[in-house]
This record gives sequence, structure tokens and C-alpha cells, in this order.
Amino acid sequence: MEVRVSKIRKEFDRYPALHDVSLDIRSGELIALLGPSGSGKTTLLRLIAGLEQPTLGRIFFGTEDASLKTVQERHVGFVFQHYALFRHMTVAENIAFGLKVRPRGERPPKAEIRRRVEELLEMVQLSGLEKRYPNQLSGGQRQRVALARAMAIEPKVLLLDEPFGALDAKVRKELRRWLRAFHDRTGHTTIFVTHDQEEALELADRVVVMSQGRIEQVGSSDDVYDRPNSPFVFSFIGDSASLPVTVGEGAVRLRDVPLGIAPRGGDVRSGEGTLFFRPQDVTLVTDGGPALEGRVATSRRLAGTRIADLDIGTPADPHHVEIEVPLDADATAGTLIRFRPTRWKIFPAEG
Amino acid sequence: MTTPAAASVRWRLRQPSVIPGFGLTLGFSLAYLTLIILIPLSGLLWRTASLSGSEFLSILTDERTLNALKVSFGTALAAAFINVVFGVIVAWVIVRYEFPGRRIIDAVVDLPFALPTAVAGIALAALYAPNGWIGRLLGYIGVKAAFNPTGIVIALVFIGLPFVVRTVQPVMEEIDREVEEAAATLGANRFQTVFRVLLPGLAPAILTGFSLAFARGVGEYGSVIFIAGNIPYVSEIAPLLIVIRLEEFNYAAATAIATIMLSIAFLMLLVINLIQAWSRRRYGHGA
Amino acid sequence: MAHDVPSRRLRSPTTEAPAARYALMALALLFLALFLLLPLAAVFIEAFRKGTGEFIAALGEPDTLAAIRLTLIVAGISVPLNLVFGVAAAWAIAKFEFKGKAFLTTLIDLPFSVSPVISGLVYVLLFGAGSALGPWLKSHGIEVLFAVPGIVLATIFVTFPFVARELIPLMQEQGNGDEEAALSLGATGWQTFRYVTLPNIKWGLLYGVLLCNARAMGEFGAVSVVSGHIRGLTNTMPLHVEILYNEYNFVAAFAVASLLAGLALVTLVVKTLLELRYGADIAAGRKH
Repeated sequence: MEVRVSKIRKEFDRYPALHDVSLDIRSGELIALLGPSGSGKTTLLRLIAGLEQPTLGRIFFGTEDASLKTVQERHVGFVFQHYALFRHMTVAENIAFGLKVRPRGERPPKAEIRRRVEELLEMVQLSGLEKRYPNQLSGGQRQRVALARAMAIEPKVLLLDEPFGALDAKVRKELRRWLRAFHDRTGHTTIFVTHDQEEALELADRVVVMSQGRIEQVGSSDDVYDRPNSPFVFSFIGDSASLPVTVGEGAVRLRDVPLGIAPRGGDVRSGEGTLFFRPQDVTLVTDGGPALEGRVATSRRLAGTRIADLDIGTPADPHHVEIEVPLDADATAGTLIRFRPTRWKIFPAEG
Repeated sequence: MTTPAAASVRWRLRQPSVIPGFGLTLGFSLAYLTLIILIPLSGLLWRTASLSGSEFLSILTDERTLNALKVSFGTALAAAFINVVFGVIVAWVIVRYEFPGRRIIDAVVDLPFALPTAVAGIALAALYAPNGWIGRLLGYIGVKAAFNPTGIVIALVFIGLPFVVRTVQPVMEEIDREVEEAAATLGANRFQTVFRVLLPGLAPAILTGFSLAFARGVGEYGSVIFIAGNIPYVSEIAPLLIVIRLEEFNYAAATAIATIMLSIAFLMLLVINLIQAWSRRRYGHGA
Repeated sequence: MAHDVPSRRLRSPTTEAPAARYALMALALLFLALFLLLPLAAVFIEAFRKGTGEFIAALGEPDTLAAIRLTLIVAGISVPLNLVFGVAAAWAIAKFEFKGKAFLTTLIDLPFSVSPVISGLVYVLLFGAGSALGPWLKSHGIEVLFAVPGIVLATIFVTFPFVARELIPLMQEQGNGDEEAALSLGATGWQTFRYVTLPNIKWGLLYGVLLCNARAMGEFGAVSVVSGHIRGLTNTMPLHVEILYNEYNFVAAFAVASLLAGLALVTLVVKTLLELRYGADIAAGRKH
């Protein structure tokens, strides 16, 4: 089932949470809504589920206009951040709930419900725990019960709100791989919300990066990491350094000093801009050619590399950037280091 | 908690603490508690113990005693049921709906805690008596709401309401909205969500409120006697019978009835504690 | 076309349909009106049925004045005593871990589950003519029963838990950190209580005293059993209400009752204000 979000606007008490957001999700895709808190990612997910109503715009499931349907009619599987299990029901009762509340004519017979519950328990690898209460399960187990419960209604779309947010790091990693395998097996269109970029990049087919109620970029993990299309995405995903530069006559300058790089691709061609690059995308310059120049303030060893914190500015205009330096280079405090970015992007200066 | 090393440490009444005043405050509390509560109550038990078994039985099997107990427990049970239904509705309206005067309504629920029972008693009698404002209206449809067991139920509904509302309300406030939304995404309509998800979750609190209202109703005296009519065998409550026996200097009978009522009250307390312990164990939250 | 508003307005999945909402609200309000508000209104309406003059005259009766005086005396003795007990018990229970603590807490709540009539009865059995103490007291000319001491004792019994049960959860929630800090800075035990603990619990304490006082002034069953109903001597206000009512002196009965209802209203107002303003400082005790 493909999902199409068309020019959705959502206001809470006239405060806009989403500004005219449009998004096409392909059938069977596993997609991540990634952004800092307040970016509108959870609101978008809840709008797709029908838990909220948009102020403007429409949502389509396939060719069907889902905006006209209540949450009950949409048949979405929703997994909540804090699981939202019914604590007075056993695991089996929780999973069976969605089937038992169907109108009499559509309700499967009891034996059928029992069979389905067993099947789902097996699918989430919790067979044998059907008589337990949620309170008697670990966080990871609760999460899988919540997933099984959502799957029981054979949803058209599976929606997960920060599905691993409340789990500790180790369980989170396990469950992440498990969810990917689960998705590949069942093939449901799955949308999940996260603020953890590692989670989004590892798990999703495509990542939707959101900020302040807008979609900044939609793309594969490679797209958003290697080809970020906005200063926000560049700085939000992965480590990066940024510097205010002037572009003109085919050269990039910091305080009138040429950096030895030329604007290319979608870079700003003239005027003020902001240069972004990642710490690992630099090369040290030892031949005296044009380069960025700074003194090492501190440096630290990080696994197989060394990270140097360079003091690049003047007292009147201070700047710091972090770059990776080879392990054999001298990076003691006070050392002068000259380098040039090898991959970068120059965005127009803001304001 | 107990490590093998700790087991060898000598038994002590309390864990060490730098805070002073333990002996003084505990000593005073125990002395006061003993003087005011324990000695008088044990006097009652001692009196009961000095009754012979046959004496005790003959008092209890006395027609009038049996009827008084029946009236007290029956009306308290009926009132507790009514309070559960309306108490849950009132709590729901206060917790979930925004309307002008909500805070006042919330405060008014405590009125039975604050209003002296005798005042409540004469006010209810004035309202529900056949010539009262409400009694007259009820008279048109042939309902007599005072000077009979119905009147007792009315008084006990008044007395018991805040017990249900105040036990259910805090639990209701903590209902996780996500749980309701989960039920909705699974296809449950609002009615199913309320009756299959929310109310069962509130059940321990509702049961506790019911028990509290019931226990209070059984022992209630001041608000009841004005509206009850106090007709022996019909609308005479057990606490009133205790008073009557006392006025006749029949201490044995007063004691025996009091002991039965106390035993049942303690049984109720025990039941409440068991409900809460059970609910905590199973669902991870109290009532 | 894609930019318009969905034509079907959908309500939030966590509320009821408007019709159900209004029906529930109407039901709740009707119920509260019938059982709580009308009786309260009836007290004042009956009291002023024959005009303000009658009302004032009824309150000016010597027996009524005596009842008011006695009620003030009884509350004036029993509330401070229970206040001291409540603070002491809360200190012992909230600040220390000791064996039998849960049992002690249960004992403190005991009077709540005892019928007021039985609370009175136990003192009759203890001090009455048939008891061991009775004849000795009589020969020494000490009157407990059918006199002020008995009324005070019965009142203390029924109002016993109020202050303690407000303070215990509150002080438990606040923990021992502040007190330990004060002691480590060299404060004595009393200074610690006076300047650290007391300011932390003052609103909760006031709240407990308020409820304790309302009950002390309004107690009927327990006091009725021990008082002997001697007009002008052992009649508290609630007992006086009963006597006047049984004499069909309704205006006077409701006039005295209206004073007690006024007290209840003041209690409720102060209680609500305390909850609104100092909600966090008394919150632990609020969950009855």
C-alpha cells in the first residue's frame, strides 16, 4: 500500500506544527522520519494514522482518500513509544483485542483468533508468554507484543513512533536488526519516527529529514549523508564543520585568504556563503599552497583516527573546526596545521 | 537486602539514621495511640470476650438485631453501588471535560467530608420528606423517599460519594492517552475503548472506592437517623440499635452488635488491602 | 483540490461524541445537584424561612450559645492534641525505617473504619457505671461520661488520623535530604524541625488541621453516645441541632445547622485555595 501525503498543514492553537508537507511513500518501503524534537515528525505520523486531523491537506492510502476516515477505519498498525499495552490484559488478550472488537459479522471465530494469536506470538518470538501480563515482561518483550498486537489487524501500513526510544542501547541494536528482518519478511509499508540518525540510516530504505515542521530532504542513507541539500541536513546528520566564506572569481576565501578550493556543483558561485565539510574529508597541505590554517587547541584519539580541534579564527573573529588528522602527523597543542577540504558544500549565507 | 554478613548483625528496631527524635516521637505516638485508641477498643473486645457464647448468639439471632444488621448492610451495599456508577461518571466529567465551574464542582464533591453528618441528615430529611421539595415531586410518581430504607440509601449515597470519586479520580488522571489511542488504531469504537480498556483498568480503584463507601455506610449514624424513620425491623440501622441498647443500659447487647460491625469493618479493610496488593502485583500499579 | 479541507469533520479518538459528552455532564451535574447542592441550599433556606429576625433570635438562645461555646472548647482541645500527635507520628514514620511501621500506619487509620457510634461506645464501656474504672471515678468525684472530658475523648478518637495521614505521605515524599543537610551544618534537632521541616510541611499541616477541625466541630455519632444530651451543659452544636429538630423547632435547628454548614463551606474554600496555590506542597497527601 503506498501512502501519499499531500500538502498537509497542521496547526495546534494556531501554532503551526507542519507547513504544507508532501511526501510519497512507496508500497513495501521502510521509511524513517528523522528530526530533532519539535520538528513535526511525530505529528506527521499521527496524522497518517488518523490520531490527529490535518488543518489543511489530504492523505491517500493507495488511491483512497484516507483523510475522510476515522482512525478505526484506516486499519493502520500503530506502535507507541511507550508500548501502550493494556495492562489488565494478558499478552494473548492484548494481541487478540483488535480482532475481538470487530463488528460481529467480521469477527473471526474464537478458535481462529486463538490460532492467529499463536502465529503472531511465534512471529515475534514470544511463544509461551501468552498468559503473562505486560508488567511481567521486559521492555524489549513489551515492544514486540505491541508490534504483534498492531499486526493482528492485518494493517495496510505499519507506523512506529520512536519504537526503540525507551529501550537500553544493547536491546535497541538487537531489536533494530530484528525489525528490519521482520519487515523484509512481511513486506508491509512501514513508517517509523526517530531522533536517532544512526537508527534511521541503518534501518530505513529512505530517510525523511525534518526540521521545524518542514521536510528538509528525502533520500537514501547515502543521499542524506553524502549529498545533504541544506545546511540543516549537513549539520544534523553526521559530524561537520562550517565556516563563513566569500565566493568570487572561482575561488573561496576566508577573510580574504584563498582556501585553494573552487566552487562546484550546486555551490554558491559568488557572494557570502557557508562552507560545510566533514572531519574526515580533508587533506593536509604541506607544500605551502593556499589552504585553511589553524593551530591545534586540543586533540584526541578516537579509535583508528585522531581528531584535532583547530583554532582557525582571529581573536576578533574566532572559529573552531574539528578535522581528522593522520595518526603519524604532529597534532600536539599549538602546532600549526594547514589543510584543504576534499569534499564540501557551500550554501548561501543565511539572512 | 539481607546479606549473610547482615544476618550476623544484632537485631535492631530501626535502621541507623543521623536524624534525631526517633525515641521521643515514636514514644509519644505510641503512648497517645494506646491511650486514645487501643485501650478503649480492647475494652470493647474484653467485654465481648466476657459474654458467654450462648449469650452472644442469642443477641445476634434476635429478630430486631438481625433486621438492623440487614438494613445497615443492605442499604450500605445499595448506596455503594449507586455511588460507584455516579462516582465514576462524576470523576470522568471532572477529569475529562472542560466546562465553566469545573473547579467548583470538583470542590463540591468534598462537601460530605466537610459537612457535619447531622446537618446533612436534617437537610436531606427536609428535602426528601413527603412534604419536602424533592419528596413532593417523587410523591407524584408514587415514590416515597424518606422514613423508609430508600431514605437511608439516599443519606448513604450522600456520605459515600466522595470516597468513590476521590479514589477513582487520581487513577483516571493518570490514564495514558496512548492506551486509548492504541485501542482506537486497533479498530475499537469509543464505547469499546471505555468499557473494555479504560474501565477494567480502573477496576481496582473502583473496587477500593466501593469498599470505602460501603464500610463508611455501614457505620454511618448522624446523617441517617433523621431520614430513616427508624422503624424497628424496617428502617432501624445497627448503629442506632447500639444507641438504643445503651440507653436501656443493655451493655451486653450494645457490645455484641458493635463487635459484629467492627469485625465486618476490619474484614472490609483486609479486602481493600488485598485488592491493592493483588492489583500492584499483577498490573504494577495500586488503586 | 489537494489543498482543501476534508469535508468530514472527525473528532479526536480520545473523546466521546458530543451527545454522549453532554449527557454525561448533565447526569453528573443533576446527581450532584440532587445529592449535594440542594441539601446545602436547603439548610440556609430553612434557616431563613421566617426571616433574619427569627434566625438571629434562634442563635441568641442561651442553650444555643452554650452549645456553640462547648463546640469551640472541644475543638480547641482536641485539634491541638491531634496536631501534636500527627506531627510526632509523621516524624517517626516518615523519617525512620523501623520494624512494625506498616502496622503502626494501619493502626492510625483505624478510627476511619470504626462506626462513630462504636467510637463513643468504647468510652462508655471504659468509664461507664458497669466498668472497672467507673465506680472509682465516681467515688473521686471525677466525671468523664456525660461531661466535657468524655466528649473531648470521643472527638479525639474520631479525628485522630486527619493530621497524621496528611503529613505522612508528604514527608515521605520530601525525604530526609533537607534535614540531613541542616544537621550537617550544625543545627540542633529542634532547629532542624523549626527552620527546615516545618516550612516544608506547613501547607500540608494546615490542610490536615482544617479537615480535623471540620470533623471535630461536626462530629455527631460518637459525641451523641457519650454526651448524655444535657441542654446547656453537654450539648455540642450538632447535638443541639438534633434536639431542636426533634422538638420541631425547625428554624432554630436549621439556624444552628447553617453555622456548621458555613464552617464546612469555609473549610472547602480554604481547602480548594490551598490545593490551587500550594498543590505541589500538599499533593502527596491529596490522594485519599
